Amino acid sequence: MKITFPHMGNTYIAAKAFFEGLGMDVVIPKPCNKSTLEIGTKCSPESACLPLKVNLGNYLDCIERGADTVILSGSCGPCRFGYYGIVQKEILKDMGYDIDFIIIDPLQDSLKRFLQPIKKLFTGHSLAKIYKVGRAAFQVVKEIDELEYMTFKIRPREKRKYETDTVYADFKREVLKVTGPYEILDVIRKYKQKLLSIDIHRGLNPLKIGIVGEIYTIIEPYVNLNVEQKLGNMGVEVDRSLSISRWIDDNVTRRFFRPGHRENEVERAAKPYIPLCVGGHGRECVGHTLLYSRKGYDGIIQILPFGCMPEIVAESVLPTIRKDTGIPIMTLVVDELTGETGYNTRLEAFVDMILRKKERSKSKCTVDI
Amino acid sequence: MKIGMPRGLLYFHYGALWETFLTELGLEVVTSPPTNKRILDLGVKNCVDDACLPVKLFHGHVEFLKGKVDYIFIPRIVSIKQWEYICPKFCGLPEMVKNTIKDMPKMLLLEHNLHKPRSNFIKGFYQLGASLGFNMKQIKNSYRKAVQSQSTFEEQCKMGVIPWYFNKASLKVSKNREHTITIALIGHPYVLYDHYANMNIISKLQQRGIRVITPEMVLEREIDKHAGMLSKPMFWSFGRKLYGASMYYVKDFSVDGVIYLSAFACGIDSLIAELAERKIRRETNIPIALFNIDEHTGEAGMNTRLDAFIDMVIRRKEHENNLSTHGKYIYSC
Repeated sequence: MKITFPHMGNTYIAAKAFFEGLGMDVVIPKPCNKSTLEIGTKCSPESACLPLKVNLGNYLDCIERGADTVILSGSCGPCRFGYYGIVQKEILKDMGYDIDFIIIDPLQDSLKRFLQPIKKLFTGHSLAKIYKVGRAAFQVVKEIDELEYMTFKIRPREKRKYETDTVYADFKREVLKVTGPYEILDVIRKYKQKLLSIDIHRGLNPLKIGIVGEIYTIIEPYVNLNVEQKLGNMGVEVDRSLSISRWIDDNVTRRFFRPGHRENEVERAAKPYIPLCVGGHGRECVGHTLLYSRKGYDGIIQILPFGCMPEIVAESVLPTIRKDTGIPIMTLVVDELTGETGYNTRLEAFVDMILRKKERSKSKCTVDI
Repeated sequence: MKIGMPRGLLYFHYGALWETFLTELGLEVVTSPPTNKRILDLGVKNCVDDACLPVKLFHGHVEFLKGKVDYIFIPRIVSIKQWEYICPKFCGLPEMVKNTIKDMPKMLLLEHNLHKPRSNFIKGFYQLGASLGFNMKQIKNSYRKAVQSQSTFEEQCKMGVIPWYFNKASLKVSKNREHTITIALIGHPYVLYDHYANMNIISKLQQRGIRVITPEMVLEREIDKHAGMLSKPMFWSFGRKLYGASMYYVKDFSVDGVIYLSAFACGIDSLIAELAERKIRRETNIPIALFNIDEHTGEAGMNTRLDAFIDMVIRRKEHENNLSTHGKYIYSC
């Protein structure tokens, strides 16, 4: 069994740590690139959402290199993501690849259906070992997210331009060379130190933008055209509302180990606007927008793939929030036809706009563009 | 008190239920007219760009009713069967309408949520009735009548009547015609029966002497049987219905062709149509055409495709068993 999985930001590092820790064979897809998208788009239904297409591109890349099993997390609706695995399997079958899909769904009505894929994946491994490696892998997820969020803070403040980018690129290169969760953790910690030693302007108060939207598009840098890096290099501090570790916290830890705590801060904030779950991260998007505006952020950028059902609900609520709180919000819709220049122009215009707005209210702030 | 009922989205499925319930409570129900150019334009103007056509049309109907009524009835349909959902846009429909349409009159919300075990259908009706000050007995009585008229409607559909209920005046159907060809028209009810949005596809087919059958005519049992063959249970009620119905028509009913009518940017159609199409192509030799409609669709292009598809189906049926001078069948079957 040679395992592969689709890309989503830095998740591959944690997945690599986990499966290697258990001694399984993993094929890591190449970082998403133009050909991933092209191949994926060519064999997907045209009006399917972008993540499905990019995922397919990832699989095909790995299948060429010998992968025969795809691991995918599932969901039970109402977002389309829950049915990705089935559709992708059918598409691959028609293309002549008989690939095994292991889809890990949340526990709903049948315990047997929940346990079946897990059993299939873990036969021959002791529970104790899975737990131990799982914990280490979760640590990896957490620390990578910490590292990534550090770059968001350091990038706008660095004295020598693009130093953060260089360190971050080095990190990505080096982390692939080591195996197992513990070695990976060492690399992460080493690079955290390196990031901290970057020379920065202390006391600088840059613009702050919160990024909300659909989880895949905001986490996968190829799909959102490196929005955090772009904004960071324009001198803007960004914060991303969703990360893998937060997702695991919300969906795994909270559900299994801390039952009772069902409603969190974000859901409470969103309640006046969206009182119930609309699937995907529609409600979270609205909740985070409100939280950011309370924390004094200067602007919000919502990113969604074209046709994303839950985010469309959120998108139609956002203008009201903009009116109620006065925070500028921009919505960016990405799909396989997104042109980078137009995207950059919109980002720059948005940053200019919120900068002027801030200057008008006479607060101290500098941005070097 | 006047209640505005937008003729959009699942009105095409639950119209009888909702209208009867409100009328039985003694309220005046004003249903918006069948979709027309003006409503479409209003909808496109008053909705987020990325939404699908049916959602835009719903906004158009609401905008049309605005100012003419005291309340506007908006359903919030989260789930109509345990562990299943409807499209996310239906869960957030009241929010979408409230936040995009300016000067929205008061909304009358009706929630259908059967997702969790032990939830029941009547709860939403109690909430709606109570918000207008009706007592339990009145609500219960009207609810019973409403459910009755809904099941009459559904039974009629199952007997093979295309639900003209919604659009009696605009269509005239010739009943006693010999049909040689049967085509299964698959799609969401709000796409199939909104005759403006789909440019009268049903009557176009019928005028050409074709018998049209739709997913509404398939028994629940058959849908369950065919949709149950999917390796993971489908969690969209309508997706399950469309998939199950198309498989039933193809495998047990032997239709001559399948037309899948989908709305552009419909999330559910994008996956279900794909699954159904691949399965039909792989396992049968029944032709399938996928029609995508949106607010820009030109009627001429649609007619051409429809004609081409029908011609192909007819020729196939008529000539398939002719012995070919070529020495073997041209069609492989």
